[in-house]
Amino acid sequence: MNTITIARKELNSYFRSPIAYGVIAFFALIAGYFFYASVVFFVRRGIESTMMGQSMPMDVNEYVVRPLFSNISVIALFLIPMITMRLFAEEKRTGTIELLVTSPLSDLSIIMGKWLAALVLYIVMLAVSAVSMASLFLYGSPDWRPLLAGYLGLFLMGAALLSIGTYISTLTKNQIVAGVATFAVCLMLWILNWVTEFDTSMVYRVLGYIAITSHLDSFGKGVLDLKDIVYYLSVIFIGLFLTARSLESLRWRA
Amino acid sequence: MIKVEGLTKRYARKVAVDNISFEVTKGQIVGFLGPNGAGKTTTMRVLTCFLPPTSGSAQVAGFDVVEQPMEVKKRIGYLPESPPVYPEMEVHEYLEFVGRIKGVASQDLARRVAEVSEKCAISDVSKTLIGKLSKGYRQRVGLAQAIIHNPDVLILDEPTAGLDPHQIIETRDLIKNLAARGEHTIILSTHILPEVEATCERVIIIARGRLVATDTVENLTSRLRGAETVAVEVAPSNGAPLDAGTVQRRLEQVAGVSRVLPKEHRDDRLHFTVESLEGRHIRPGLAKAVVEGGWHLNELHGVGLSLEEIFLQLTASPEDARQAAAIAGTAPVEEKPSDSAGDQK
Repeated sequence: MNTITIARKELNSYFRSPIAYGVIAFFALIAGYFFYASVVFFVRRGIESTMMGQSMPMDVNEYVVRPLFSNISVIALFLIPMITMRLFAEEKRTGTIELLVTSPLSDLSIIMGKWLAALVLYIVMLAVSAVSMASLFLYGSPDWRPLLAGYLGLFLMGAALLSIGTYISTLTKNQIVAGVATFAVCLMLWILNWVTEFDTSMVYRVLGYIAITSHLDSFGKGVLDLKDIVYYLSVIFIGLFLTARSLESLRWRA
Repeated sequence: MIKVEGLTKRYARKVAVDNISFEVTKGQIVGFLGPNGAGKTTTMRVLTCFLPPTSGSAQVAGFDVVEQPMEVKKRIGYLPESPPVYPEMEVHEYLEFVGRIKGVASQDLARRVAEVSEKCAISDVSKTLIGKLSKGYRQRVGLAQAIIHNPDVLILDEPTAGLDPHQIIETRDLIKNLAARGEHTIILSTHILPEVEATCERVIIIARGRLVATDTVENLTSRLRGAETVAVEVAPSNGAPLDAGTVQRRLEQVAGVSRVLPKEHRDDRLHFTVESLEGRHIRPGLAKAVVEGGWHLNELHGVGLSLEEIFLQLTASPEDARQAAAIAGTAPVEEKPSDSAGDQK
């Protein structure tokens, strides 16, 4: 109940400030651009291959949906810091954190409320791209199962990064610092597996496992791998757990 | 209602609060007085369960702040130094939000919001964004959120800091009204001495983390005073200029007077500060002496030892005295025109 009260308050402030609109608009623009580019590419290749006499129909999922998901995941890496940076940093700066912490609320409901609000904004943002995806069904017949799986993957990845962003926001009074630090962490988690693709040594395999986007590929193919789901769930748990510790330690350090 | 025993709060490098003990009974309004950095806010934060004490204990309404923080939080209304408001919310939304997180039942919420808005005189701005409110209004919204759940204990950290004199008087009246109903036990902190004289029944003075004194305002004053000091203004009755020496001698002859100090004489009026012997009332005698001398008695009022002087006496170390002097220096700016207990000099 309290969680919902907090979440509603956070959503309210997202949509009363330019943040929500900025994030959604930026996302819609970039995601729309990628969608347009991949559709154009797909149509051209389609025409070319027909002219060359190939009869095999091209797969929409392969050429449009999957690249789009991977592009969306990268855009999300950039936008997630903007969603989470103010969550705790702003409350710490203005002193409203004192109101929350001296109210009869459990730390958990404060944290969950804020994280859920961030998640709702993230879902709204993703929903914008669903419009493009839906248009594919108008002119083609993509397989809907990998599409759903892909969205599930993006949802889990977002939830995981948002929990990390929430944690980082508790560490500072300065939104910008929180945003930049969150961005740095997101970027790190993204590029970790770049160096690992051709190497199979233990260290690189661990790095590859930690990298956040490497778990997204299988979702895009429509494969739900328990390993990937467990990975995202554990990152969410770690993020929220660290947030709880950090909020608690506020009182000891203050 | 509030019981603090041996409370100590140590930060990494310094001791903010050092072994403080005091009690506040139900319905009292207590001033928490001390220079900046004395440990007022820290003590309040311990009471509101924001900070855990390093050692010692604090109880609010019978619940320990460490053992049962949830019970304590339900019974405390807290206004931190800067009101914890969200600028992007409208006043009524904000109060509803605070009401919810403080555990006001949802069917009572609208009624409570209306009530506290009424009490704090913010009904007229209930649909305004808090970010657009003036500082005085914001402070009142802060006060409204502190009482939304009708708490037993109200903790106000420098409720008048940063307000203009008019707003200060309004805020003080508001606090006094809250106390008058006897529903709330109020602790308010301040570094402004006249504020305590204006609003509080009891004073707890702390300096550099230590408890210096705790008593009623009257007791503190009389404890340190013993003798009475009276200011007298005498004017000629028939236009003939007065001889200061004659008047002074006349006043010195009044029973119970220990000494008469002439102050600066303005125009043709003479000003004196008269000190009594211990435990003597000299005002009737002074009045009689002036009238019998054939002069006009323009003014006669007791110059009580103000809290400023008490403060200076209590915080005896040179460092404290310096701080106290700084406070005394700032005090008149915040001062509302006082009627009886004059600290005008």
